[in-house]
This record gives sequence, structure tokens and C-alpha cells, in this order.
Amino acid sequence: MSTLHTVNKSPFSHQTLASCLTLCASGDSILLLEDGTYGALTGAPTTALLNDAIKRGVSVYAIKDDLAARGLHSQLIQQITATTYQGFVRLSCQHKNTQSWY
Amino acid sequence: MKSMLCISRHSPYGNALGREALEAVLAAAAFEQNIALLLMDDGVWQLQDQQQPLAGQQKSIARNLSALEMFGVDTVYAHQGSAQRRGLNSQALCIDSVQWLNDQQVRQLMATHDHLLSF
Repeated sequence: MSTLHTVNKSPFSHQTLASCLTLCASGDSILLLEDGTYGALTGAPTTALLNDAIKRGVSVYAIKDDLAARGLHSQLIQQITATTYQGFVRLSCQHKNTQSWY
Repeated sequence: MKSMLCISRHSPYGNALGREALEAVLAAAAFEQNIALLLMDDGVWQLQDQQQPLAGQQKSIARNLSALEMFGVDTVYAHQGSAQRRGLNSQALCIDSVQWLNDQQVRQLMATHDHLLSF
């Protein structure tokens, strides 16, 4: 049974994504949205934690529109899947629970 | 009965989230629902002893926490790593019934409850 974690805060000014990455379990998914999408950058302070989580079997997604709105096109962590708000709904249905790290 | 876990991640007086989380737990417990409270990140500051909220303007979170037991919520879970990073003295807390959890135990707690309430 898995959990969908949503993060909407920038890892450059908040510990939110770091906490989420530390405490999510294998089989869980993380969705980066709004300012959380800055966490998809290879230069983010949470990149090492994020790569570790992916290796543990955590899937990471980011909302395409939120990336685009912020001009985030390059230097993104490759294993992150871009998705839409419909994708967000689909992810919500595929997981038992959602934890919002706001 | 479905089990609920309320996750409270914000410090007690900077905004209303900590209080609202507690009120949700108290309300659920009053209706005899199966609910537990987990404090993590800045939420562990809610456990700090000797809170003195601004007189007449703020209600004491510590007092509400100590009411949980009366409502049948016997254990408050708290994340050990969050407290350690903040230097919170676990010997001087506003309530006694705190169960400290490591990272793996937090993952387990989240996985084993039917519903999560995020605050």
C-alpha cells in the first residue's frame, strides 16, 4: 500500500522536500508542483536525496505546466517524469493515501 | 473502522495549522474515531515545555495536547530526527505520553493507516 506525496515548496528555501525524501517509502510516489518543481533541477540542494529515493524504488513526477511556467527546461533530473493535472488525478487514484507536504 | 493519522508539521504559534490539526484530532476522537497524531519537522516544537502564549490572544497548544488523553488518544507519536535536529529536550516536554519514532517507524505508521490528514 503506497502513498502519494505532494510537495509545493522550493527546496532552496524550505526543508519540506528534504523531509519528504527522507521519510517516503519504497513504492511511494512524489509529485513536485508549483515551487516544488525547483526540486527537479540537478543543482537543487536535495538532488542527492532525490537520487537515493529513486534508487530505493520511489517514483518522482513533476507538473509540466509548473515547470514550463518557471522556465525549467534544462538541467532537470532525468528520472523525473513530467505529468499533467490529469496525471495528478490518476496518481491520486493509484495510491492509497496522499500526504501534502505544504 | 478506518484508521486515520493526522500529520502535524508546523510550529505552534506562527500560524493556525498546529491548532487546526489538534482540533481535527480532538473532534475525531470525540466521535470515537480511530485517530492518531504524528508530530514532525517544526511540529515537534508543539511539545516544548513551559509554553507561555500571549495572554488573552492565543490559546495554549500544550494545554490542548494534554487534553488528548482525556479524549481517548493515548499516544502522541513524534519523529526523533526532527527533535534531534532542533535540539528539543525530550526530557522536558509538555506531555508525558510521547512515543518517539525513527525514520523507518514513521514510514510504517504512514503505510498502516487508512487515511492521512496533512497539516
